[in-house]
Amino acid sequence: MSTQTGGLGFKPSQEQVVLGVTALLALGFAFALPGFATLANVLTLTRSVAILGILGIAMSVVVIGRGLDLSLVATMAVTSAASLQLLQHGWPLAGAMALCLAFAVLIGVINGFIIAFVEVPALFTTLATGFLIFGLGRVFLLDGVISYVPEEASALVWLGQGRICGLPSPVLVLALMALAVHFLMSRTTLGRFIYAHGDNPEAARLTGIAVRPLTMTEYALASAIGFVAGLVMAASTASMNTQVINSTLIFDVIMVVVLGGVSLVGGRGSVGGVLAGTALIGTLLNGMTILNLDNNIQNIVKGAVLLGAILLDNRLHPRDEETARQGD
Amino acid sequence: MNTGVRYNGALLHGGLLRRLYHRWSLKLLLSELLAKRWMEPAIPFLLMWGLIAYFAAVTPNYASFANASALGRQFADMGFVVMAMGLVVISGGIDLSVGAVFAFANLTALMLLQMFHLPVPVVIVGTLLAGGMVGAINGYLVGYLKSRPFLTTLVTLIILRAVVDLLSQRYSVPLAMGSDRSWLWAYLGRGLALWTVPSNLMMLAVVGLVGHIMLSRSRPGWHLTALGSSRKAARHAGIAVERTLFFTYVMSGLLAAAGGLFYAARLSSTGSDTGAGWEVNALTAVVLGGVSLSGGRGTVARMLIGAVIVFVLVNGLVRMGLPGPMTSTALGALLLVAVGIDMKWAKNRLKTIQKIYLNPTVVELRPAPSTAADSGTPYAENDRLRDSREIGLDCVEGPEDVILDREDRLYCGTRDGLILRFSGPDFSTREVFARIGGRPLGMAFDREDNLIICVGGMGLYGVKPDGTVYKLTDETNRSWFKLNDDARLRLADDLDIAPDGKIYFSEATIRYEMHSWHLDGMEGRANGRMICFDPATGKTQTLIKDICFPNGVCTAHDGQSILFASTWLCSIFRYWIAGPKKGQIETLIDNLPGYPDNINRASDGSYWLAMVGIRSPAFDLAMRNPGFRLRMVKQVPPDEWILPGINNGCVVKFTEQGEVVESLWDPGGRKHATLTSMREHKGKLYLGGLENNRIGCIDLPGADPDWNGCDSYWGKPEVARDL
Repeated sequence: MSTQTGGLGFKPSQEQVVLGVTALLALGFAFALPGFATLANVLTLTRSVAILGILGIAMSVVVIGRGLDLSLVATMAVTSAASLQLLQHGWPLAGAMALCLAFAVLIGVINGFIIAFVEVPALFTTLATGFLIFGLGRVFLLDGVISYVPEEASALVWLGQGRICGLPSPVLVLALMALAVHFLMSRTTLGRFIYAHGDNPEAARLTGIAVRPLTMTEYALASAIGFVAGLVMAASTASMNTQVINSTLIFDVIMVVVLGGVSLVGGRGSVGGVLAGTALIGTLLNGMTILNLDNNIQNIVKGAVLLGAILLDNRLHPRDEETARQGD
Repeated sequence: MNTGVRYNGALLHGGLLRRLYHRWSLKLLLSELLAKRWMEPAIPFLLMWGLIAYFAAVTPNYASFANASALGRQFADMGFVVMAMGLVVISGGIDLSVGAVFAFANLTALMLLQMFHLPVPVVIVGTLLAGGMVGAINGYLVGYLKSRPFLTTLVTLIILRAVVDLLSQRYSVPLAMGSDRSWLWAYLGRGLALWTVPSNLMMLAVVGLVGHIMLSRSRPGWHLTALGSSRKAARHAGIAVERTLFFTYVMSGLLAAAGGLFYAARLSSTGSDTGAGWEVNALTAVVLGGVSLSGGRGTVARMLIGAVIVFVLVNGLVRMGLPGPMTSTALGALLLVAVGIDMKWAKNRLKTIQKIYLNPTVVELRPAPSTAADSGTPYAENDRLRDSREIGLDCVEGPEDVILDREDRLYCGTRDGLILRFSGPDFSTREVFARIGGRPLGMAFDREDNLIICVGGMGLYGVKPDGTVYKLTDETNRSWFKLNDDARLRLADDLDIAPDGKIYFSEATIRYEMHSWHLDGMEGRANGRMICFDPATGKTQTLIKDICFPNGVCTAHDGQSILFASTWLCSIFRYWIAGPKKGQIETLIDNLPGYPDNINRASDGSYWLAMVGIRSPAFDLAMRNPGFRLRMVKQVPPDEWILPGINNGCVVKFTEQGEVVESLWDPGGRKHATLTSMREHKGKLYLGGLENNRIGCIDLPGADPDWNGCDSYWGKPEVARDL
């Protein structure tokens, strides 16, 4: 968030630290790796990292409200694949988009309902609904593992592959999303309420905020933004492979959020932080890809970084483990 | 033995069906069932057998020995992983890395065996060490660094899986090539322990048994459970929270590694799908079995029941040819439902029990005899207790019973669990005679001048003349067909001693504690019993079951029978302990105008009876209508309830034949409301009350000025004994 200046000097925020580390890392890669500091690579980097960033923004809405959405990637994949399939079946673009956005929102509302009203902890709920969405989607909605963007929907493809003033459109979508969510979280009542909810749910309830509908709104928002991420992903490869659910993408998303200073205890962090975290992870992933590291080794490195981030978050924002509920 | 209905001489109105309905209420059964700890795994247990029966019916050859043996061998691997998860969940954490540890152990075992050609015992130790090490890392992160178990173990899951995939890809050739022919390895993988029981299933049973004993009977197990129940309380109790957590995760790692070891011995293969998604299976199994996610509740048996359910379901769905995503969807749905029920149940269980525990029944009494001052009945109200002298005013809290010894010293129990003794002229010296705890109620002196006391919440205790407290009994025989464990004494109320030294005492209710005795009155059910303790043999035996709030107890003057009061039935019964009618019960008085409490001997061969409350037509009507009382208790705050009129002091005298001859009143209960006890001693009557702040004393004109209770029971002391 904002820079805090203590009595003796400059105390950097987590956001600034992360940006600093990113710069150092990028500098290191630039010297060590040929081909890292080229314009083409920077564009590739930003393009590939844009989806992660959008998902991070989606996740941050939930995490700021002291939740977590492990079903985000499943929602993203299944809803966007469903929209592609609708297009295949000859639906108009707007209709398909609207229907699948509503579908995503519905998934979020169901998640939020189970968490808020049945009082199942968010981690268990979204872990289970992740399986449910994927399984039900595969069996009842989707024809195959991979859905393709039909020829007619070239407008959609632009979303992933187009450019404006040399900037790849995924980056523009990310910027748009970031601006919108930033405005929502910092300038509207809803945003304030989400922060209040995450900071102290009990106090939020006592002050009269309708915490349960708010929870449902948070998850609905996350799912909706996730759907946008799914569209960008589908557009950039002109297809949607639902196997992405089995990857470790969801942990990359959590990593981006936690590194960016959105604490898992809720009520802290901002969209700017998520972007900083995205930059760090994007640089790291890009460097590892150029190094041609094995996928498993990449996972090990990412796991280690995520573990470090969680431990650091725990150190910076300790929670009361004696009163914490299971799955908090 | 006998039923309450039989003594209820006042059962006059109402249909038989209505009475039976309230007496054998289904809700009563349900409320007591729900309070049982073994009820929780009952539903998963039935579900397990239902599933097995279903698949046995739809799958050919499912129930054959060969198939059962093969399934058992597959199940054992998962059983270990589920136990690994369950232990951690009981400690209030979660270990999502169990599936990955399983795969890691499988790989380690194969590598040690096939690539390094180590002897099998070394492989076993090495594999377990590897699993324990991963557990130690988890334990260190969660226990000492206090990170969140869910995310931490999720990360170890990712890292470990990546390591397994990396190694099994890199060494796929040597791993697949070598093969060991050691008999021990073959036995681990394919041997039979007993008859057709596979070796690994046998091992699982042994480990499960050890785990069960550890969890339920050992200090580390208790520490672990305490940690899950309330971490704060555990820390305050001095449990090393960090260390216990650490070792819990280590144990989890060891168990998962044991599963992986058997898997390696059985299949000798490794792949990226080994143990994949097992953390979700294990989690579902654990929660389905009834191990609460909130921690602190669960047993090994429950984990294994849950494991069988998940295993049979997954196995059955695969056999039925369902696509893979469908199986995982089913598991996801199952997990969601199980966790949802667990959360709601853990939160509302006690509330539910509380809501349905109280089950009023019909109590029908004839219209009470008049107590009006001009009614001319022996119960006519007067003010003979008004000018009682106070003893220990404001120095005593709730003397439920009072008694005097041969040296004219006055004893009483108090709310704080003390036995007080007043002595000297005007009883001005107050001393604490003994500290027992609980709620001291009825008292009596035995032949050796020991003071025997019924202590509510504790049982039957004695105090020697020098003040040492000793326990006589705190349990009796358990009745076979009662759900509520009635072996422990909950509310021993009053006692008396027969000439042969046997102690007869009443237990007012087995369904409520001392502090909620009035709820038993709202229920009006025959929940009490008469119990006999024989000091000669040390045996306690329930004599009469199902009495409606038995209260005062008194040995008749001739020592042949015991009189006891049934408070809610407003009756006195006689139980013969000797003579021709031995063992029989007869009604001595019924339809008293109030609720009888303690009974004690009077000097003229009759008996004193204290009335704790006076009946009113409104309350009699309420007692006749169980539905009304239930609605009242549920919907109205307790201070608005209709209760027995306890704002009166009344003592009644009745003869051996059950004829009431006189009554002494303190109308309005100015000095002695809730009068529960009175004791005649040398021409005076001493009064005690459950809620009083004093002991009262009045003169009894015309009473024998030398008569006292100890002499009446045990005869005058011999002069020789004094010398």
